[in-house]
Amino acid sequence: MCLAIPARIEAMPNEETAIVDLGGVRKEVSLALIDDVAIGDYVIVHVGFALNKMDPQEAEKTLALFAEMGAAVAAQDEAAGNPA
Amino acid sequence: MKYIDEFRDGRLARGLAAAIAAETDPEWRYAFMEFCGGHTHAISRYGVTDLLPANVRMVHGPGCPVCVLPIGRVDMAIRLALEHQVILCSYGDCLRVPASDSLSLLKARSLKSARGGDVRMVYSAADALRIAEENPARQVVFFAIGFETTTPPTAVVIKQAAVLGLKNFSVLCCHVLTPSAISSILESPEVRRWGTVPLDGFIGPAHVSTVIGSRPYEFFAEEYRKPVVIAGFEPLDVMQAILMLVRQVNEGRCEVENEFTRAVSREGNLKAQNLVAEVFELRRAFEWRGMGTIPYSALAIRREFAAFDAEKRFALEYRPVPDHKACDCGAILRGVKQPRDCKLFGTVCTPENPIGSCMVSSEGACAAYYTYGRHKELA
Repeated sequence: MCLAIPARIEAMPNEETAIVDLGGVRKEVSLALIDDVAIGDYVIVHVGFALNKMDPQEAEKTLALFAEMGAAVAAQDEAAGNPA
Repeated sequence: MKYIDEFRDGRLARGLAAAIAAETDPEWRYAFMEFCGGHTHAISRYGVTDLLPANVRMVHGPGCPVCVLPIGRVDMAIRLALEHQVILCSYGDCLRVPASDSLSLLKARSLKSARGGDVRMVYSAADALRIAEENPARQVVFFAIGFETTTPPTAVVIKQAAVLGLKNFSVLCCHVLTPSAISSILESPEVRRWGTVPLDGFIGPAHVSTVIGSRPYEFFAEEYRKPVVIAGFEPLDVMQAILMLVRQVNEGRCEVENEFTRAVSREGNLKAQNLVAEVFELRRAFEWRGMGTIPYSALAIRREFAAFDAEKRFALEYRPVPDHKACDCGAILRGVKQPRDCKLFGTVCTPENPIGSCMVSSEGACAAYYTYGRHKELA
C-alpha cells in the first residue's frame, strides 16, 4: 500500500499532470500534491500521485556512504590480514 | 530503474553487512522494529536477516494498512456493495481480506445471485472519481484505506468531487495514523511492563515520512528513549538504517536520524499536510486489528465535506467483529509473535487461501515469510 516508486517526469501536459516513465511504461500522474516540478525531475509516485520530489544529490550522498562503509571494513580486514 | 537498482546492489550489501558485524557488540542483543510492511517485505525478499549477525533481531511492526484494518471495516464496504448496491471501488490489496459470513469483497462480487456486488479494483483514488463521473445514475463509494502516504490522494479527490459538485461520489474513510500506532506499541504491556518484546529502536517509515516529515518521531526518541532511523524501502536502505541504529545503541543515543534524505525532510510535504488537514479531522477512536481501539488514531471526513462521507450518506454503523480464534495476526502485528508461531501459518492459511489479513497483503509479515520461504528457516 505504501509502496511508491521514483520516476522521471517526461512531459507535463498541464500544471496538474505529468507523464512519467516507469521502467519503460509511460503513465499519467497527478501533480496536485507538489509544487515547483519540471520535466526531468524525479518524483516518488504512489497510487497515481507524485508525493514528493527526489533529491538526486542526496541520493548520491547516500550511495557514496554505502560504498564508504564497505570500503572501510575491507581496509580493516586487509590490515588484519583477512582477505575479503 | 534509476534510484532503485543502485539501492539493491549485492556487493554494497556485503560491505554494509560487514560493517554491521564489525560494529555490533557481541555481548548485546539488539532488537529493532521495522514499523512498515514495506520494510518487512524488503527484509524477507532480499534475505536481509541472513546478512545480519545472530544477535541482531528484526521485529515486524504493524505498518501494513490492509493488515491493521479490522474485519468490521471490510464488512462495512461489503454492506455498501450488497445492501446499498453501490459501485464499491477499492485498492486491489483489500479485495481478498476475509470478512464476516465467509465473505470478502472479491467473494461479494462473485456471488451468484442478482445481488452480487459491483466491486471494482482501482489503482488510484482518481479512478474512483472518474467512475463516479461516468456513472451519474449510480452511487460510487471509494474504500479509502492507508497510512499518511495514501491519505493525501484521497483528500485531493474529495476536494475535486466538491468542485465538480458530484452527488453520487463518497468515501468510506479508514485512513490511520502512524505515530498513534507507534505510541500504542510503546505503551503496550509487552514492551513497557513485561518486557517480553524487547525493542531497542525503530526503522521509521519511508513514504509515510515523505509526507509527514521526520519531526513527528522526535517525540518517541525523547519521551520513550527509543532511537528512530527513517529508511527507504530498498534493501541497502534497510541495512544502512540497521547500522545507524546499532551505532545509536552502542553510543547510548536516542535520536531521530534520516537515512532516506533523498526523499524525506524534517518538515515533510506541507502542501499535502495542509490538504489533509482541510479535508479530514481526527476520529476520537478507531479500532485496529490486533491493537484494539486506539484513541485519536485515525481520520474522519470533516463536516464541511460531509456530503462525501459514505458513513453519513448511508448511515453506516461500525460493528466490531472478533478475529478468527486460531489466527495470530493480532499478536504478529504487535511484534509479540512471528508468523511461524501461528498454528495456521502455511497450513490452513496461505496467500491463496488467507485466513488472516497478514497473509493477504504483500506487506503483511505472513505473506512475506511465506512467499520468500522464510517459514522454512529454523526458529
